[in-house]
Amino acid sequence: MSDTHSLTAEQLTLGYGDRTVIEDLDLVVPAGRITAIVGANACGKSTLLRSMSRLLAPRGGRVLLDGRAVHGMPAKELARTLGLLPQSPIAPEGITVADLVGRGRHPHQGIFSRWSREDDAAVAAALEATQTTALADRAVDELSGGQRQRVWIAMALAQHTDVLLLDEPTTFLDVSHQIEVLDLLTDLNRTRGTTVVMVLHDLNMAARYADHLVALAAGRVHAAGAPADVLTVDTVRAVFELECRVIVDPTSGTPLMLPIGRHHMTADEPVAAGGRAG
Amino acid sequence: MTLAPSPSPTPGAAVAQRLGSVRRPRSVRVLWLLVVLAVLVAVMTTSVAVGSRGVGWSEIVAALGGSSETIGEAAVTKRIPRTVLAVVVGAALGLSGAVMQGVTRNPLADPGVLGINMGASLAVVVGFAWFGLFSATSIVWTAIAGAALAAVFVYAVGSLGRGGATPLKLALAGTATSAALISFLTAVALPRGDIAESIQSWEIGGVGGASFSGLRTVLPFLVVGFAVSLLSARALNSLALGDELAAGLGERVVLARGVAALGSVLLCGAATAVAGPIGFVGLVVPHVCRLLVGVDHRWLLPFTALTGACLLTASDVVGRIVARPSEIDVGIITALIGAPFFIAIVRRQKVREL
Repeated sequence: MSDTHSLTAEQLTLGYGDRTVIEDLDLVVPAGRITAIVGANACGKSTLLRSMSRLLAPRGGRVLLDGRAVHGMPAKELARTLGLLPQSPIAPEGITVADLVGRGRHPHQGIFSRWSREDDAAVAAALEATQTTALADRAVDELSGGQRQRVWIAMALAQHTDVLLLDEPTTFLDVSHQIEVLDLLTDLNRTRGTTVVMVLHDLNMAARYADHLVALAAGRVHAAGAPADVLTVDTVRAVFELECRVIVDPTSGTPLMLPIGRHHMTADEPVAAGGRAG
Repeated sequence: MTLAPSPSPTPGAAVAQRLGSVRRPRSVRVLWLLVVLAVLVAVMTTSVAVGSRGVGWSEIVAALGGSSETIGEAAVTKRIPRTVLAVVVGAALGLSGAVMQGVTRNPLADPGVLGINMGASLAVVVGFAWFGLFSATSIVWTAIAGAALAAVFVYAVGSLGRGGATPLKLALAGTATSAALISFLTAVALPRGDIAESIQSWEIGGVGGASFSGLRTVLPFLVVGFAVSLLSARALNSLALGDELAAGLGERVVLARGVAALGSVLLCGAATAVAGPIGFVGLVVPHVCRLLVGVDHRWLLPFTALTGACLLTASDVVGRIVARPSEIDVGIITALIGAPFFIAIVRRQKVREL
C-alpha cells in the first residue's frame, strides 16, 4: 500500500475570463478511495479537476495536498504525487506504446539523468497491469480506442503517483471497454491504494465504481457521500433537471438511475413535465 | 485485468528485460547515426575538393596543411571556411526547425515558413540603412532581435481566433508576415544605393563569402543556441503530449516553451546573420529525421543538427557545380528541395484532418 495523501479544496473559486465557473467550493477527497465527480454539462467538473492538478490558478481559495497549497509546490514534486490524465491527450504521430508510456517517467528524471532500471521496471509494470505488454512496439495511432485509453492509463501508472485524477476516462469507449477501464482503476485502487478522482458522465457507472460520489451543480457541491446517499431522485432533479426512478442495481447492489422522459413510458409511470406527446 | 502485487522486489523485471530491445530500437538509431556521420564526412570532403575550379588531390592536401601557393591551393583554402560554415549553419537551421516544430506542435514550423529568417533579414537591413550597423557583431545582435520580434509577432497573429495556433494558421501568418517583411525590406533598401553592396554581399552571399572571423563572431550565440535547444529535448517530449498532460507530468509549460523557443531563435538568428536567409532546411530535416529515429527528441534533436549540416553542405556543393563556372546560391537550392516537400506535408495534414 502506498502512503495516503489528503487532497482538499477550500473555498475554491475558479473561472475563465470574466466567467466564474466554480464558486466558493469546499471538497474533501477521501484518501485511498475512488471518488467520482458528476454533474450536468458545463457545471465545472473538468475545471475543478484542472485546478486540483494546478493547471488552473484559483481566483479565490486554495487546493491543498497534505496541507500544502498545490499552486505553490514545485511542479515536479507535485507530479510525483499527483497525476492527471486529461480528456484528450495528444499522441505524437508514430510514437510507440512503450515510448509513450515511458514519458510518464518524466517527473522522476532530471535534465541530465539517464533512463534507469527503475524506469524500465515501472514501464514494464504499467504495461503489464493494463495488459498492453503485447502492444509495446506498436504505433499508438494504429490502436483501437479501447487499447489507446489503456495505453494512456499505463502512462499515468508509470508516473507512479499515489493520487490519480482522470477527466472522463471512459468517453468515446464502448460499454465493454468502459467496464474494462473502470475495473482497471479499481484494481489500481485496491492493490496499490491509489487515490482515484475521476470525472464521469455516466451516473450509473459512477455510482457503481465510486466509493465517494460528488454531485456538482451551479459551481458548488450539491451533494457528496456514499453513492447510495447521493444518487437519489432529488439529487438528479436538482443537478440534471431530470425526473427519474432509482432502484437497486441487481448486479452490483449499487443505486441505478432510470430516467423518465416524455416517451416510451409504461402507463403506471408518472410522466415528465411537458405531457405525453402524440 | 488484474494488478496483482509483484512477488519480486523489482516488479515486472522479466518483462523489462524483454522490453529492452523493443522499447528503444537502439541498434537502428545507432546505425542511422553512423550512416549520417559517414554522409557528413563525405559531403565535407566533397565540399573541400569540388568547386567551379578543378583541383588535384595534392593541392587539396597541401591546402589543408595551410599552404596557398598555387591558384588551386588558394581555391581550396577558401573552401575550408566555407565548408565549416555550411556545416555549422546547416546544423543550426536543422535543429532550430526541429525545436520550433516541437514548441509549436506544428509540422509546418520552420524559421523560413514562420517568417523568422525574414524578420532577422529586415532587422539587419534596417540596421545598415538607418543606424549604420555594419560591424559583424552588430549584425548578429540585430538579426537575433529581428528573429525574436518576428517569432513573437507571427505566433501572436497565428494564435488569434478559434482553435489557437493551428498548423495552417501559423504557416499562413508566417507566410503573410514574410511577404510583408520582404516589401518593407525592398522599400528600405531600394532608395539607398550606398548600402546596396553591403546588403547584396550579406544576403545573396549564402555561405560563399565565408571567413573564419565571421564565424567566430556568431559562434558564442550558436553555442548557447545549441546548448539550450539540446537541453530542451525532454521538455519537448512532454509538450508533445499536449499542454495539460505536460503540466501534469511536472513540466512548467510556459517556461519550457519560452526557453526552447529562445534557443531556436538564437540558432536561426545567428545563422541568418552569418549566411543570409536560408529557407526550408529547418522544415525538411526534422521530418526526414523522424522517419529515421522516431519522435523522441533526445535522439531527434542531435540528429536534425547532423542531417541539417549534411543537407546544407550538399546543397552548397550542388550549387557550385550545376552552373559552372558561376555559382547558384545555396538558399535557392534548398528552396528547390524544400518547396515540393512543404506542399507534400500540407496535403498530408489535410487528408488527416478530413
